[in-house]
Amino acid sequence: MNPQSSHACEVVVMLEHGLHLSPAAQIVKTAQGFRASLIIQKGDRKIDGKSMLDLMTLAAERGCRLRLEAEGEDAEQALKAVVALFESNFGLVLPSNSQASG
Amino acid sequence: MEIRRGIAVSPGVAMGPALVLGSEGFRVPKRMVQVDAVDSEVQRFRAALEESVQEILLHEQLAAARLGPHYGAIFAAHRELARDPKLSTEIERLIRERNFSPEFACSRVLRQHARTLQNLGDRYFAERANDLFDLEKRLLRHLLGEPREEPMQLNQPALLLAHNLTPSETANLDRRFVLGFSTEIGGKSSHTAILAGALGLPAVVGVGPFLANVAGGETVIIDGNDGLVIIDPDEETVARYRDADARQKSVAIRLKSLGPLKAETLDGVEIKLFGNIEFPSEVDHCVQCGAAGIGLYRTEFLYLDGGCEPTEQQHYEAYCRVARAFPGRPVVIRTLDLGAEKFPDSMQQVIEASPNPTLGLRSLRLTLQNLPMFKTQLRAILRAASQGDIRIMFPLVSTLLELRQAKWILADVSEDLQEEGIEHNPRIPVGMMVEVPSAAILADEFAREVDFFSIGTNDLIQYTLGVDRANPAVSHLYSSADPSVCRLIRQVVAAAERHRVSVSVCGQMSSDCLFTALLVGMGLRELSVSPNSILEVKQAVRSMTIAQAREIASRAEIFDVSRDLESYLRGELSRFSPELVH
Repeated sequence: MNPQSSHACEVVVMLEHGLHLSPAAQIVKTAQGFRASLIIQKGDRKIDGKSMLDLMTLAAERGCRLRLEAEGEDAEQALKAVVALFESNFGLVLPSNSQASG
Repeated sequence: MEIRRGIAVSPGVAMGPALVLGSEGFRVPKRMVQVDAVDSEVQRFRAALEESVQEILLHEQLAAARLGPHYGAIFAAHRELARDPKLSTEIERLIRERNFSPEFACSRVLRQHARTLQNLGDRYFAERANDLFDLEKRLLRHLLGEPREEPMQLNQPALLLAHNLTPSETANLDRRFVLGFSTEIGGKSSHTAILAGALGLPAVVGVGPFLANVAGGETVIIDGNDGLVIIDPDEETVARYRDADARQKSVAIRLKSLGPLKAETLDGVEIKLFGNIEFPSEVDHCVQCGAAGIGLYRTEFLYLDGGCEPTEQQHYEAYCRVARAFPGRPVVIRTLDLGAEKFPDSMQQVIEASPNPTLGLRSLRLTLQNLPMFKTQLRAILRAASQGDIRIMFPLVSTLLELRQAKWILADVSEDLQEEGIEHNPRIPVGMMVEVPSAAILADEFAREVDFFSIGTNDLIQYTLGVDRANPAVSHLYSSADPSVCRLIRQVVAAAERHRVSVSVCGQMSSDCLFTALLVGMGLRELSVSPNSILEVKQAVRSMTIAQAREIASRAEIFDVSRDLESYLRGELSRFSPELVH
């Protein structure tokens, strides 16, 4: 395993009210479960994905594009886990004006 | 100018500079610490932080268990925030490097982040600043080891605007400096609302989020008559309110002269006007207005003040004080009428959200399940009853079995006092509130087992119409003039007459002079009203004859919707007592 392993990708916030308290807490909790660091970047601003305070003040609203960057031996798994949160929309229902399938 | 509509809970108008209560009110005792105390101050901060995290965890578990995981998640997020090492590092750095006190450091760091959120321009994120304020408050509370005391720190007149005020905070407001208040949450029947009425402070609650739109010091009008909060009013509005104020003052001066006069109809029939009070200190006002006694002494404040259960002696002293102010006149003490959700408890917010609290464990139901607490109050009432004409009243009686159980416990307590050789009145008159429709429907049966009825219209209306008047979505359905409510009142009065027990009305309806003629016409000869309304109701009584009142009550039976009855009554009032029409 490569201790310097680094993985990155982009996600879009689909939550109606943006990345608010409870989704932010889910990210922090998930990221803390890995050794890898997680940097979240919005525009020029980079924050620590393991810090609730940082995530709250990042104020990522709906439609916002975020770059996620994980670094460390389990970076790949960490990134996958966090991306999965975004993909499931944090277990919350999508806003009604978004496209529903079927 | 911005006009916000809320729920009017205490009449009157106040205008002045706004004091916005966030967590500013926490007095940070000192900003700096001695260099050699830095280590111990850091320790103190860490301990407070740990206590806060534990407290949040407790809330999280309770909220998740009672309300569902969704609510628990809110506290889980708060906990993540409190545990964020970034936050504690930032705070500790200020303590170590700049010798800030932990209180000052916490406040400063959290407020800086809150400001960032507020300045983002997104309403939803701006509201998240409250989550940071929440943590700030919690930390400060643990650091200072005391409840917040902000409202008492005022030293110049202002209008208090807050998200919420607890009943104890409301009770502690300094009337010299607080001209009125408005809160984002709260409803008409909350204790905060009742206390506002008792203090005579104009108040509007349940306004919804508006604090973000007001700057401290900005001119605000609180219109407790119409339930409006006007932020930064224009000149025309200010002038309009000034005129109305002047008119009201001149009516008030005229009413004052009625104090020593009897509440007698033009044909000489006395209507006994009693006062509804919350605090012993309100009796003076009732005496000045010439009240016939106290028709409803609410005892909840004893429980809410100070946050712990009052002792028998505290009860006794409060009751004796009221009885002494009215020598030889009746004082009706109502036993504890609180909902489980009203108890001063950091969990209050969470429990309040539980479904159907008004149909749940409250009032007599609560006391019958907490006998030691109930007996403490009953002992004090029985003892105080040997010092004056004190009567006891049970609230929220819904079945005969409940009434019998309460009476049986009272007899039991009396027997104990007898055995202990303690002076008391074993023959204290026993009455009940008629406020659940079941009690009104079975009024004949209940009348055989009590000495008096007091019709509590607030709950009677709420339960009869099935409407929570604190809920803005349905509050338009709530009306004292609903024909269903009027019919129930007639039935109760008739049953009381048949069984020769006395009956009065003590809800908000009796304090509104719009209904005075109707109630008198229905046969009521006793009304218990809020101290602020005694003179107005007296004026209404003094301007009609019994025959007129009967005529009005009989015509009132024609109306099948509340709106029509109300406008009919307004027409009648403006005919015989125009100055009382608001």
